[in-house]
Amino acid sequence: MQQTYINLLNLAFDETLKADSRVMLFGLGVGDVGAVFGSTANLQSKFGAERVFEIPLSENAVTGMALGLAMQSFRPVMMHQRADFSFTSAEQIINQIAKTSYTSGDFYKVPIVIRMIIGRGWGQGPTHAQSPHAIFSHVPGLRVVAPATPMDGYHLMKQSIASDNPVIFIEHRWLHQTIETFNQNEKVPNFTDAKIMKSGTDLTLISLSYGVIECIKIARVLSEFNLTAEVINLRSIQPWDKRTVLESVGKTQKAVLLDTGHLEFGLTGEVSSTIYSELFGVLSNPILRFGLPMEPTPSSAALAIDHYPTVEKMLGDIKSHFGFKYDLRKAVALFKEKFPYKSNHRDQPDVGVVGPF
Amino acid sequence: MNIELINLIKEDYDINNSRIQMFINLQLIRSVELLISDRYSDQIFRCPVHLSIGQEAIAVGVSLNLQLEDKVVSTHRSHAHYIAKGGDIFSMLSELIGSPLGCCKGRGGSMHIFDKSVGFMASVPIVGSSLPIATGVALAEKILNSKNIVVAYVGDAALETGAFYESLNLAALKKLPILVILEDNGYSTYSNKEVRWPETKNVRATIEGMGINYESGSGDDVEEIYTQVARITTDVRNNKPSLLHLNTFRRYEHCGPNLDDSMGYRKSEEIESYDARDPLEILKNKMVVSGVIPELLLERLAKHINDYSEEIFAKMLNQNQDFLAQFEMIK
Repeated sequence: MQQTYINLLNLAFDETLKADSRVMLFGLGVGDVGAVFGSTANLQSKFGAERVFEIPLSENAVTGMALGLAMQSFRPVMMHQRADFSFTSAEQIINQIAKTSYTSGDFYKVPIVIRMIIGRGWGQGPTHAQSPHAIFSHVPGLRVVAPATPMDGYHLMKQSIASDNPVIFIEHRWLHQTIETFNQNEKVPNFTDAKIMKSGTDLTLISLSYGVIECIKIARVLSEFNLTAEVINLRSIQPWDKRTVLESVGKTQKAVLLDTGHLEFGLTGEVSSTIYSELFGVLSNPILRFGLPMEPTPSSAALAIDHYPTVEKMLGDIKSHFGFKYDLRKAVALFKEKFPYKSNHRDQPDVGVVGPF
Repeated sequence: MNIELINLIKEDYDINNSRIQMFINLQLIRSVELLISDRYSDQIFRCPVHLSIGQEAIAVGVSLNLQLEDKVVSTHRSHAHYIAKGGDIFSMLSELIGSPLGCCKGRGGSMHIFDKSVGFMASVPIVGSSLPIATGVALAEKILNSKNIVVAYVGDAALETGAFYESLNLAALKKLPILVILEDNGYSTYSNKEVRWPETKNVRATIEGMGINYESGSGDDVEEIYTQVARITTDVRNNKPSLLHLNTFRRYEHCGPNLDDSMGYRKSEEIESYDARDPLEILKNKMVVSGVIPELLLERLAKHINDYSEEIFAKMLNQNQDFLAQFEMIK
């Protein structure tokens, strides 16, 4: 049966709340009519306001509260409708949650999930559209995951809640209405494994979260020109699946990295560094990196178009960087035909994102 | 209470007498802190220490009202809190030297004493940040309907942090079994309140205005504290979050093993006022005057306790000989 990302996340919460009475859900919107974009709908009435509840707008204290609960063997899930608000609780996340297990001589387990939603488009702007995975991945003691599909969301959320380590769960707002067939018998991927979304031999496209969907679009266009791109969905960012990435790049000898965050000191630099170290003599070309420029995300829809790397731009850069012979104008036309935008507004998800994958 | 010490002396002293219990705890903390101070220059405690000397009455008056299952969340100045809660002195001293035998395997040091086996959940040295964690510990106790309470110690500078107000709001909203002990020694490192608080600040009005029960008192007289906390904890056990504001005197420097009288940030009259405020002397005088125990016997008890601390200290050095030698940290 086809399910949206939001429905499957709701199902993941429902199943874990039912299976383990120590699981708790809280955050801004969790108990209100919006229900965090629908993802927590019906959970409070089903499991009670003691376990599923709205919070005062005190993210720092509530995050510390989550730690206190975890130290008492509860399994709290704290959420932010925009990742940017989590920075008010950076003290608790970085100084306390990330370090408690280590500092206590491994006595405490810290089974906390902090779900952070990344905004994009419709004027989200400088403080509602940040992708903080690199910031949190820099902190020892935190795990960071970022689903790219509805089934990723379902499995990764259940695995994050089951994890005895604190997990930062990064979720792109543009994934919410994507759909995928819900297959309960699907083999559950390992928590920290990347997933090959599409196999190929000519180049490797590596990304996370919504960037994976853009990479799939690029791969589908390139396939019309007899170029097969392998698309890697990292899923887990900290730790990340070096083996899958190195095996793929070792085979294709060409790597393209696409980050939903900013370019400098981020995911693309980290992954590139490992690829260069391990496959120095194997690469046929330098690695090509895409990400956000080192400026805050603009609110203006007009400015935001140039802020995000578009598929059209990436098709052009990939061609010139690797010296591929495809006709760029034809490639862009194919892209527009295969993935028509719902409207002329480029700052919202186009119909092409709906999958299934 | 330190069970090991109590077992050593229970034949000779009336350990059920509350004043004797208070004295044992005060003297034990004082003797351990003075040992750390004395031996600090040997370079074995290779971490910052915030000594509790002068402030011990609060930890003792509070903890004698707590059960083993009651929880404590402490601060950077955690030694007295830990020892009074029944913490293991060998584990604490080993932690201070960074040894694997420490209560956190040496990873935490003095500012991170964690020992859930005695209900000592954590010490959090980032000022104000202990309180959010304490609200979670308390929420868990409430959900589990345990009737245990949570004591969160904070200093006066915590009132300058956002975490403090966010946490009190949460505690009042969720009606948590939490007792905040505000140890007001008047200083944030070297800064007195004149540079930190407006003259018009009204702590009682602030706390009560947030829906938290507020009481204040002296932090010097352990008996007074004990009685006051006994009354308040009854309310706290019935999910009435409360804050007890106690004025106290940090006798030693903010961080380190020494007195810092020469630095000049505290006036000499202020420093001299400590003589009448020393919690140990106050209790000793009361005990001798009231005839609970003859002075000679009290001195003998003090010596027993000091000897015990020194024994533990020697044991700590002995059992960590290899560890210390590895880093050439022993003479």
